[in-house]
Amino acid sequence: MNFWVELLITILLLIGGVFVLVGSIGLCRLPDIYTRLHAPTKATTVGMGGILLASMLLMSTTQGYLSLHELLITLFLLITAPITAHMLAKTALHHENRVLRRTRSQHLMKTAREQQPPGSTDHE
Amino acid sequence: MSRSRWLPMPLHSLLLLVVWLLLNNTVSPGHLVLGTFLAFTIPLLCAPLQTPQPRVHRPLLALRYMLRVLGDIVVANIEVAVLVLGPMRKLQPGFVAIPLDIESELPITLLASTVSLTPGTVSAELSDDRRWLYVHALHLTDEQALIDTVKSRYEAPLKEIFAC
Repeated sequence: MNFWVELLITILLLIGGVFVLVGSIGLCRLPDIYTRLHAPTKATTVGMGGILLASMLLMSTTQGYLSLHELLITLFLLITAPITAHMLAKTALHHENRVLRRTRSQHLMKTAREQQPPGSTDHE
Repeated sequence: MSRSRWLPMPLHSLLLLVVWLLLNNTVSPGHLVLGTFLAFTIPLLCAPLQTPQPRVHRPLLALRYMLRVLGDIVVANIEVAVLVLGPMRKLQPGFVAIPLDIESELPITLLASTVSLTPGTVSAELSDDRRWLYVHALHLTDEQALIDTVKSRYEAPLKEIFAC
């Protein structure tokens, strides 16, 4: 296999790995459930993208045919990641999960839980 | 906008065929036939479940929107990575309510998903009347700036694409 192709695959794998790792670190480090949602939904999309691109390149060069089904995984990931995050955030809101003390605009949580426009119930 | 009886969702049929071929990673004749068969039968079974959605009026703009979102995802990833690795004490999370101008389900879903994927925000809840999108931001410095960015960068093109 060509040296440059190998180098490119390695770089992509490294970038992907680093981002997935950062996503997991974020999951551990961030203080409350709402902030924790951010790390896996975002850091992981680029991480997985990098790994899948590397897989596409490797398979296409070694197997001799264009390997495209990794694109599907990316597509499914892009569709499911935001929906999962949304459902989790929604559930956390309805369970009145503890939120970081210094979170701004906490009065919005109440109206959000009741699915009312802001300022319609008690205002602060 | 006439809908033929045997091909109720032509775009979905094409998508199904493409996805089938991608899943099997081949364009061999056997899979072409099987994929075409599935592309015909699945929409026939699912057509009654369809709910009316606004149509895409500007496909080119939609393509540009997708590319822009892909670029923004990369930027957002780097931003979030920096925040995650930085000191936790400096983090200033917050909730924001974004007023919406678009009303139909599909554009709102797309907007909420984009907001979750891109600039350090996760969409949390939608108000009953579909006029407000509640968003949680990982690092909130300026609420009005965030609202303006979402509205001009993502909502305006979506509005144009679906012409609503």
